[in-house]
Amino acid sequence: MKKHIVFPALTGSLFVMAMLLISQTKKPATTAKPAASKSASGGMAASMTRGKQVYLEQCLACHQADALGVSGMNPPLVKTKFVLGDKSKLVKIVLNGMTGIEVEGEDYHGVMAPHSDLTDQQIADVLTYVRNSFGNKAKAVTAAEVKAIRATNTPAK
Amino acid sequence: MQQFINRMKVISRRFLPLLTGLCLTGLIACAGDGGGDKGGKPAKVSDAASQLKLPSGFSAVTLVDSFGRTRHIAVAPNGAVFVKLQKLKNGKGIYRFQDTNGNGKADKIMGFGTFTGTGMAISNGYLYASSDEEVFRYKLDGNYNVVNPDKPEKLVTGLLSRHEHEAKAIALNDKGDLFVNIGAYSNACQLQDRTKGSPGQKPCPILDSAGGIWLFKADQLNQTYGTGKRYATGLRNVVGLNWNTATNSLFVMQHGRDQLHDLFPDIWDTKQSAELPAECMYELHQGSNCGWPYIFYDQFQHKKILAPEYGGDGKKTAGEDAQDPVVAFPGHLAPNGLLFYTGNQFPEKYKNGAFIAFHGSWNRAPEPQKGYFVVFQPFKDGKPSGDWEVFADNFSGGPEKAASGRVNYRPCGLAQGPDGSIYVTDDTKGTIWKISYKK
Repeated sequence: MKKHIVFPALTGSLFVMAMLLISQTKKPATTAKPAASKSASGGMAASMTRGKQVYLEQCLACHQADALGVSGMNPPLVKTKFVLGDKSKLVKIVLNGMTGIEVEGEDYHGVMAPHSDLTDQQIADVLTYVRNSFGNKAKAVTAAEVKAIRATNTPAK
Repeated sequence: MQQFINRMKVISRRFLPLLTGLCLTGLIACAGDGGGDKGGKPAKVSDAASQLKLPSGFSAVTLVDSFGRTRHIAVAPNGAVFVKLQKLKNGKGIYRFQDTNGNGKADKIMGFGTFTGTGMAISNGYLYASSDEEVFRYKLDGNYNVVNPDKPEKLVTGLLSRHEHEAKAIALNDKGDLFVNIGAYSNACQLQDRTKGSPGQKPCPILDSAGGIWLFKADQLNQTYGTGKRYATGLRNVVGLNWNTATNSLFVMQHGRDQLHDLFPDIWDTKQSAELPAECMYELHQGSNCGWPYIFYDQFQHKKILAPEYGGDGKKTAGEDAQDPVVAFPGHLAPNGLLFYTGNQFPEKYKNGAFIAFHGSWNRAPEPQKGYFVVFQPFKDGKPSGDWEVFADNFSGGPEKAASGRVNYRPCGLAQGPDGSIYVTDDTKGTIWKISYKK
């Protein structure tokens, strides 16, 4: 009996260790890699650092530290089309807030307040951070893009 | 040699969790096809049952595992269990379970009702069930089977449901009163909900049609706001409520407000905001006012504090016309079930005391989340007596899971069985525990 257990355990742990090694060697490459954006605000890495700070102050209370949200209330931000898809729609969610959304067949009823008081740069930073953290990978959002979207945004009453 | 021993230690440390994991998998496989129809033989204790931490002498079995989004629960005098679902399962929103061979597992299962919701209660030969807008009832026969599962009587209709605190939890008494929670569709009645800088509305317009408990007749069809009566006001949201037969009064557990720090970071830091305000138990009577949205209860100062949206600074008191809670529990734990224990099975101290199912927090972040347990509050002569204690713990599956909020189970509904055992539902996976006591 024991032998049967030890063998899969061994292969299992080897696999786990291999995965750990791979993830460890891969990690710096993904986080340090500055994406296409070369804005005056110091590039991707700086934007990520600032964005994390905005996330902690503005988003974490509802979307949680792992960005997986709260069942039935606050939607997850991990690998969803809302976060990874159209930048314009995403920026408008931050500017206008929202109530009620369906993600992967689950309804979320939480109320998200408008965050139009954040600067263009803060919105760009936090969205860049969210789109490239928690297992997400998508293009950075620039302050210029946020500015353009804000200019044409008509908040619902 | 020493090097070899050290290496062995490292290896065994690495392998131990894997070995344990495999053994557990083996156990699950063994227990998987247990249950069954072997009359009278107790079913194997499921992982969900063995995971609970209970006081000495108590044990748990699971009636069903991973069934669906089971919310509130009611148990008939013959032991038939009725559960309301938040999400339809095979097109049905209510399920009746029966353990006909006494092995602890449901072996007779029947679904009916095509609406989702929370409320579930049995009173005077009827099963009562609520959606987020309406209340229905079904006649039960002598064996507590539903007489006409496709044609419930509609008792109440047109209740507000605006996607925040929408659950219409219900309670009944033997006088034919039907109490319905209508939660406020708001956190603190700000002009713009949950938005920094948006002022509190005074008077709060929500209170006309929500933010309280409404009273209807248990046997009258098609009642509305017009025919019902506001029984109590100033309650942000109530999910756990129960008629206390020892005091002949309604007790409720309020879900206190969120986001003191998010909205007022200059007054409360994240730690204070994780603790405040209290989740309060109130005893209600016709005309009770519990003060929301103008005040909240601070369990450290033992005072009703003026809400910051109405000019509060964390110290100013207010709400002289609002009643005090009878018990104040820690903030954000989300009390979803309340049950006064009237059975004879549990030890004497439990008699007429209150069990409260805490669904568990989300609004404590970045502080660790808490709750995910069933608490017991002793009562004496109709009043809380002594400190509350955790009765059934570890629904989360461990401290790390609790802290992150990524838990195995979240307790929601409570009911008492005819033998004096109590039932607890979980609304994430749909596991129902039966907790019993043996000397």
